[in-house]
Amino acid sequence: MTTLLEISGLTKQFGGLTAVDGVTFSMDKGEVVGLLGPNGSGKTTVLNMVSGLLPPTRGTVMLNGETLTGLSPNRIALKGVARTFQLVRILPSLSVLENVVAALAFGRRRLWGTVARDEALARLEQVGLADRADETAERLTYIDQKRMELARALAADPAVLLLDEWLAGLNPTELRIGIDLVASLGERGVTVLLVEHVMDAVRALCGRCVVMNAGKTIADGRTADVLADAEVVRAYLGAEHA
Amino acid sequence: MNAKAIAAWGIAAAVLVALAFAPSYLGPYGIGLMIGIAGYVTLATAWALFSGPTRYVSLATVAFFGIGAYTVAVLSESLPYPLVLLAAAAIGLVVALVVGLSTLRLAGVYFVIFTFGLAELIRQLVTWYEVNVTGTLGRYIFLDLGPEDIYWQLLALAAVTLLLAWWIGRSRIGLALKVIGDDEVVAAHCGIDIARVKLALFALSAVIITLVGAIQAPRWTYVEPAIVFNPTISFLTLIMALLGGANRLWGPLLGAVPLFLLFEWLSANFPNHYSIILGLLFIAIVFVLPKGVLAFTEKLWKRGRAR
Repeated sequence: MTTLLEISGLTKQFGGLTAVDGVTFSMDKGEVVGLLGPNGSGKTTVLNMVSGLLPPTRGTVMLNGETLTGLSPNRIALKGVARTFQLVRILPSLSVLENVVAALAFGRRRLWGTVARDEALARLEQVGLADRADETAERLTYIDQKRMELARALAADPAVLLLDEWLAGLNPTELRIGIDLVASLGERGVTVLLVEHVMDAVRALCGRCVVMNAGKTIADGRTADVLADAEVVRAYLGAEHA
Repeated sequence: MNAKAIAAWGIAAAVLVALAFAPSYLGPYGIGLMIGIAGYVTLATAWALFSGPTRYVSLATVAFFGIGAYTVAVLSESLPYPLVLLAAAAIGLVVALVVGLSTLRLAGVYFVIFTFGLAELIRQLVTWYEVNVTGTLGRYIFLDLGPEDIYWQLLALAAVTLLLAWWIGRSRIGLALKVIGDDEVVAAHCGIDIARVKLALFALSAVIITLVGAIQAPRWTYVEPAIVFNPTISFLTLIMALLGGANRLWGPLLGAVPLFLLFEWLSANFPNHYSIILGLLFIAIVFVLPKGVLAFTEKLWKRGRAR
C-alpha cells in the first residue's frame, strides 16, 4: 500500500485555545479510517484544515506527496479532496440535480451539458435520490439533503473523501444502506476519513481508527485495539470506567 | 432547437425591429422617453448580472455611469466617437478591476456602504480635479448625435446586454454564480475560484454601465459632476432590478419600464415630493416583493395550480 494522505504536526490555535495540537497520521490509498473522539476534541477542525476551510497554525497536509497546506479550498478540491459537512450544506435555491452538477462542472472532470446531467443522475441513483433530481434542494428532508451532499462529494471523483458525521441521524435501515455505500467507496479505491459517533458504523467500516482528545491524538491503530485502549475509554467515559 | 425556442427568438427579433423603428412613429417627447427606458433597462439588467446571483448589492452604478459620461465630455473633441466609447469602456474596466480586487472580499452591508462611498469618492475626485487643475467645473459636449442616434445605440446595447445575461444564465459561469450566491463555502469546495468569477462578472457589469453613461452623455450638452454622479441613478437602477426580480432574465426589464414611466410622471406632477415618494416606494418594494414581481406571480401561479 502507498501512503496517500499525510498529516503531520497539524495544529490550530484560536486565540489562546489550541483546538488541534500536533496531530500526525497518514492514510493509505483505499483505506477507510475513523477519526474518533469526544465532542470538542478537534475532529471537525482537522477536517476543516484538510479541506482548506481553515488555514492551519502549524503543520502540513500532503496528498500524493503534494503539499495542500496554504492552498485555497477550491485548489484543494481540484487536487482531489471532497467532503460533507457536519451541519449539512446544500445549495437551497438550486435543484437537486444542479447541486450535484456544481461539483462536476468546476471539479476535476469539468463536465457540462448532457454528460454532466447523466453523470449527476448516476451519482443521485447511487444515493437513492434519482427520482427527485428536478426538485428544489430546500424541499428535501434532512436525511435526503445529507444524501444529496454525499452525491455532490462523490461527483467530484475524489481521491480522499472526508465525511463529517454523515451517518448521524439515520434510522437503522438507512444506516445499513449508508454503511454499504461507504464500504463500496473504499472497495473502489476512494480513501475515506470519517468523523463518526455511530460506533456500529465505525466497527463495520473502519479497519483503523485515530482517536483524539482535547486536540491531541491519543490512539492510532486497529479499530478493535483502539476501542479497548484504556486511555480511549477514559476519554470517552471518564476515569472510573478505565 | 424546438419550435417553442424558435418562436421565442422570432418574437424577440420582431420586438427589437419594431423598437428600432420607434423614431419614425414617435415624436420628440416619445423618443426622449424611449432613451430613458432603454438606458434604465440596460442599467438594471447589467446591475442584475452581478448583483442578482451573488446578492452583493452594489450602489456603485453611478460611479461607472458617471465615468462613462465624463470620459465623453473630456475626450469628445480630441478623438473620433467610436474611440471615445472604447476609451470609456476601457477606463470603466480598469476601475472595476481595481475596485473589485480590493472590495469583493467584503460581504453584506460592508460592500453596500463601500460601493456607495466609491461613487461619492469618484465624484469628489473629479470635482477637485476640475476645480484645481482645469479651473472649470462644467464641460460642454458638442457631438453631432441626434436623439435617434443615441436611442439606437442604447437599444443595441440593451439587446446585447440581455443576450449576454441569457447566455450567462445557461453557461458554466452562470451556475458558478448561483452556487456562490447560495453558499460560498460549498462553492469553494466544488472547485470554484470565487474571487475570479465575481471579479469577471463585476467587471462585465461595470463596463456595460459605463457605456450607458457614455452613450447618454451627449443628451445633456452640459455636464458637471453633480449631474452625472447623481446617486439617485444608483438607487433607481437597484429598485428597478429588485421590483422585477434580479434573478430572472426579464426581471430587471419588467421592473425598469413601469418604474421609469412612473418616475417620469411623478417628477412632472410632484416635483417637490418626488424624493419622498421615491423613498416610500423603495421601502414598499423591499418589504412586499423582496424577490421581485416575477417570483411573486410565479408563486401565486404555483399555489393556484396546486389547489
